[in-house]
Amino acid sequence: MALLEIRNLRVEFDTAAGPFRALDGVDYTVEGGEVLAIVGESGSGKSVAMLAVMGLLPESATVSADLMAFEGIDLRTMPAAERRKVIGKDIAMIFQEPIASLNPCFTIGFQLDEVLKAHTSLSRKARKDRVIELLESVGIPDPLRRVSAFPHQMSGGQCQRVMIAIATACEPKLLIADEPTTALDVTIQKQILDLLTDMQRDTGMGLIMITHDMGVVAETADRVVVQYKGKQMETADVLTLFENPSHPYTKALLSALPENATGDRLPTVADYEAMMQADVREVQP
Amino acid sequence: MSAPILKVRDLKRDYVISGGMFGKSKLLHAVKGVSFDVERGSTLAVVGESGCGKSTLARMLTMIDPPTAGTIEIDGEGIDIAAHGVTREMRQAVQIVFQNPYGSLNPRQKIGAVLEEPLLLNTSMSAAERRDAALAMLEKVGLPPEHYGRYPHMFSGGQRQRVAIARAIMLRPKLLVLDEPVSALDLSVQAQILNLLRDLQDEFELTYVFISHDLSVVRYIADEVMVMYFGEAVEHGTRDQVFSDPQHDYTKTLFAATPRADVESIKKRLAAKPAA
Repeated sequence: MALLEIRNLRVEFDTAAGPFRALDGVDYTVEGGEVLAIVGESGSGKSVAMLAVMGLLPESATVSADLMAFEGIDLRTMPAAERRKVIGKDIAMIFQEPIASLNPCFTIGFQLDEVLKAHTSLSRKARKDRVIELLESVGIPDPLRRVSAFPHQMSGGQCQRVMIAIATACEPKLLIADEPTTALDVTIQKQILDLLTDMQRDTGMGLIMITHDMGVVAETADRVVVQYKGKQMETADVLTLFENPSHPYTKALLSALPENATGDRLPTVADYEAMMQADVREVQP
Repeated sequence: MSAPILKVRDLKRDYVISGGMFGKSKLLHAVKGVSFDVERGSTLAVVGESGCGKSTLARMLTMIDPPTAGTIEIDGEGIDIAAHGVTREMRQAVQIVFQNPYGSLNPRQKIGAVLEEPLLLNTSMSAAERRDAALAMLEKVGLPPEHYGRYPHMFSGGQRQRVAIARAIMLRPKLLVLDEPVSALDLSVQAQILNLLRDLQDEFELTYVFISHDLSVVRYIADEVMVMYFGEAVEHGTRDQVFSDPQHDYTKTLFAATPRADVESIKKRLAAKPAA
């Protein structure tokens, strides 16, 4: 049984100009121990899909799907109280802006403790030890002292480490990382990606990486979903995708990478747009 | 190539950080003595991570901030804004494009006005001349003339960056400083903007100082590369020198950390995986 299975997910937003369909019939399957990358540019609906799973979309959004199951249990029919037990414990998420995701008014120790308080029955003492242990596991130096630090006293990379500690506090079965390194420097990005993939390997959790960066995909993913304007373009394992992309949009994305520039000019997606138009029409009878 | 259009010698910039009411103020050396030349029509890429002083360097080159020490010469003329202020001629020589096209355009100004403002302030052109110049520039950066009367919020990020580039070259500057011009853009839009910058460089013989943290972009656009680390230029050479044979440890770290999107690296990673 797949860890997360989503069939035909649609998300619509009510806007002043009428309904806007952000996601149009996408499917995802994540097995335990697998790293799935969802790639796309802004507006491709890659974040919206995962926010729908987490139930974090605003009121104006209408979510519908044929199936949205976590470990075989449908998330849509689950009572809210049950769902809250799963979200944050078995499914956790980290976001792009680590400094904005943490509450500036509380110490990082307090914010870590909050998760443990909500989802475990550990005693106060045990939680305190666990907080230190978690900070240590994500590579925060001197955790005993750092536990009483406020987010503004830490760098962006360290805040992202704290976010990862919070997300992994209850040993989730699925971790969703939404552009976890976009706001970070390259050397820090490397450290965070290594940390995420090491943790994934050690715990065997499923990991969904939402990103627009083909480099990040190449470095982390087992399988890749390529999205464009709310539709799924291609699903393939990572090697096939880079070696032999089948969809024109994927080809366009890969050739727009500056390191793949062959001539003087970079091919742009616009060059492929005509090809894609034809292709999309084919898919949609 | 001719004589260098930009000559920077031993440039330094310190900032005083207030220590609060009782603390002692501290001196931060943001740029610690940087020297380089840029040839006319070429591109120097300045690479580094946050806090390395690359934006401070940009502020000094564009005459926003005076340097603490050292000299900047543009086309043979020394620039010393601390002593003499900035003249119109100097303003016309250097222009800048910023990273965030959402923040760098006034939301209440129409695109036409955005493009004409540098002419209004720095030249004595008539309104009709300015309008013609703005319309011609719109075409050059690949925007249709009907965009002249529109507001920035009606544009996408890539279109806004085109407007910002158009504004910067309205005065036909000798030097264009590009501070992370494509970092906020999607991959496909990034490719379009990089192509546009190439075309404009050929057409107007522009000299670029291209500030970026993205090595793949730098490799594509730069003629020369300078790597900065904590306010110092730790490495400087032609693109091929720096990319094929990096000398400084920091440059090597930077290369090692950059994600690689080629088939060989993926194969290597997948092969290493079961063993790990």
